[in-house]
Amino acid sequence: MTAFGDVRRRRIDELAARAGAVPEGEGGVSLTRSAFRRLRRNPVAIIGAVIVLVFLLVAAFAPLLAPRDPLAQTLLSQIRPGSIPGAQEGFPLGVDNLGRDLLSRLIMGSRQSLMIGVVSTVLGVVVGMALGVLAGGLGGWVDTVVMRFVDIVLSIPSLLMAISISVLLGQNQYALMIAIAVTQVPIFARLLRGSMLAQRNSDYALAATALGVKKGRIIFGHVLPNSLSPVIVQGTLSLATAIIEAAALSFLGLGDPDLARPEWGAMLANAQAFLSIRPELAVYPALCIIVVALGFTLLGESLREALDPKFRR
Amino acid sequence: MLRFIVRRLLQLIPILLGLSVLLFAWLRALPGGPAQAALGERATPEDIARYNELFGLDEPIYVQYLRFLGRAVQLDFGTSARTGRAVTTEFLERMPGTVELTIFAMIFAIGVGIPLGYLAARKHGSWLDSTSVIGSLLGVAIPVFFLAYLLRLVFAVELGWLPGSGRQDVRMDATRITNFYVLDGLLTREWDAAWDAVLHLVLPAIALGTIPLAIIVRITRASVLDVVNEDYVRTANAKGLATATVRRRHIIRNALLPVSTTIGLQAGLLLSGAVLTETVFAFGGVGSAIYEAIFSRDFAVLQGFILLLAVVYVLINLLVDISYGLLDPRVRAR
Repeated sequence: MTAFGDVRRRRIDELAARAGAVPEGEGGVSLTRSAFRRLRRNPVAIIGAVIVLVFLLVAAFAPLLAPRDPLAQTLLSQIRPGSIPGAQEGFPLGVDNLGRDLLSRLIMGSRQSLMIGVVSTVLGVVVGMALGVLAGGLGGWVDTVVMRFVDIVLSIPSLLMAISISVLLGQNQYALMIAIAVTQVPIFARLLRGSMLAQRNSDYALAATALGVKKGRIIFGHVLPNSLSPVIVQGTLSLATAIIEAAALSFLGLGDPDLARPEWGAMLANAQAFLSIRPELAVYPALCIIVVALGFTLLGESLREALDPKFRR
Repeated sequence: MLRFIVRRLLQLIPILLGLSVLLFAWLRALPGGPAQAALGERATPEDIARYNELFGLDEPIYVQYLRFLGRAVQLDFGTSARTGRAVTTEFLERMPGTVELTIFAMIFAIGVGIPLGYLAARKHGSWLDSTSVIGSLLGVAIPVFFLAYLLRLVFAVELGWLPGSGRQDVRMDATRITNFYVLDGLLTREWDAAWDAVLHLVLPAIALGTIPLAIIVRITRASVLDVVNEDYVRTANAKGLATATVRRRHIIRNALLPVSTTIGLQAGLLLSGAVLTETVFAFGGVGSAIYEAIFSRDFAVLQGFILLLAVVYVLINLLVDISYGLLDPRVRAR
């Protein structure tokens, strides 16, 4: 199938084809188990996993860990134009421009930031996979229609796409998640389709067809499970992108305006106005975003190595 | 080759049509619809009703779409609610700045990225290698606008080495020909104006170029490491070619093929990354215009700019594709 030859798409397809190759020489050990074993031996994967785990734990137990109420404007009285109090007794990282404890806000903010990242990525994966299965499983005109649609969405740079969706849906956390998810849908759709096409012509799928197994069962029982590894890798990497993109949308004034929910992106965007007075207000949320994005990236890259047959042995 | 190019051009048509449908639908789906877009957010319901009647927005939707398409083909996207000027005029006025910024960002990313990636691969496992790997991971994880603010704070506000906003010193009374400020300066031989425009580009270009830099370093490094182990490199070494010749003719040339794809891809993506960078540096290109349009809910500008940027993006990808076809004969056959 020759489609409009866009390089971005070809790269996605290459990834799909590479991960689709059938591994050799590890008889008896399942792909998942051998991948997990290699993952455990890879220090990069461990670092990534530890970072991600720590942040997930902080988010889970945030109300217990946060030393103060993230909304209480405790030190409001100390704030003067051009001066925001820094670290002091009881406020290890100081307070923000409204006198709220920065550390507590960062801890509580991890919930919202991680949730935006996870929900939007899951949404993107689910819808993208549904489209990918439709296209890669059914083929024919369904494939053509789905892929043409995906091509059109891919032809809008992702940030511009996210901007248009947020403007359309208004400013709330759900709009933010949907906007980010929409930019990820075409990537997953193409990835899964390509990976499924590679698997559909494999020997075991052919054997199943020869044995008279029904088409639906071949697709869902054999082809799909074997096509998932590039999706898993991309999904992990996308978590990082989603969190960064959420921050970018917040910066452009398209974030969640609900001030009762601290969120790193919004905190970072808000802090730009006070950068010359207290740069820490921007640096800490930025560090949180960078470290967590790094964690997901490290994990994703080592997953790619673990699942890619090229890196086996 | 000609057939390949023609085929690619024909395949643009459904993409562009699809884009126009998407953005047409987008404006219709907004609360208030196109009338609100044209009249601005403070328009009264009566104004909107009158506008709808005047511009045939009460007609069937396909008639409206065909009319929209007819105007879009003539590059007519209506007028800005904020300034009252034609959207296309504003776009053409703003685009040169963004193009200049993108070119400088790419020069930075390529100029630093390829040598760094190559050196990292050659000194595989050294501190330089590890640093560049960690750096390239960090480069992708930093929110662009935060990096832009940091650069501005340190090098423009605190140290005062470089200008931190705008495209040129406002006191600089430069002659405008093309609206590419650097080019204008060179054409009119106003060297100081050109130099000033270049200085204004340095910080935004570094901020914008960081992500592509990180990606180019990584791809170059991986690609060189791949090529070094190829049979033809071993053959070239075995037949006694000078190390420099092997590096230049066999390793670098083959390793750069995947890098060139990445470069083309990134150039297209920079156009949208410019929204963040330009906003921080009040740069006055297309990106700042989009930010202003979001802020003032200037929907006609948003629609027109996003559509035009998407078209530019598609065209850049097409060029990358064609050049890739020139570089790699296998692509043409597909």
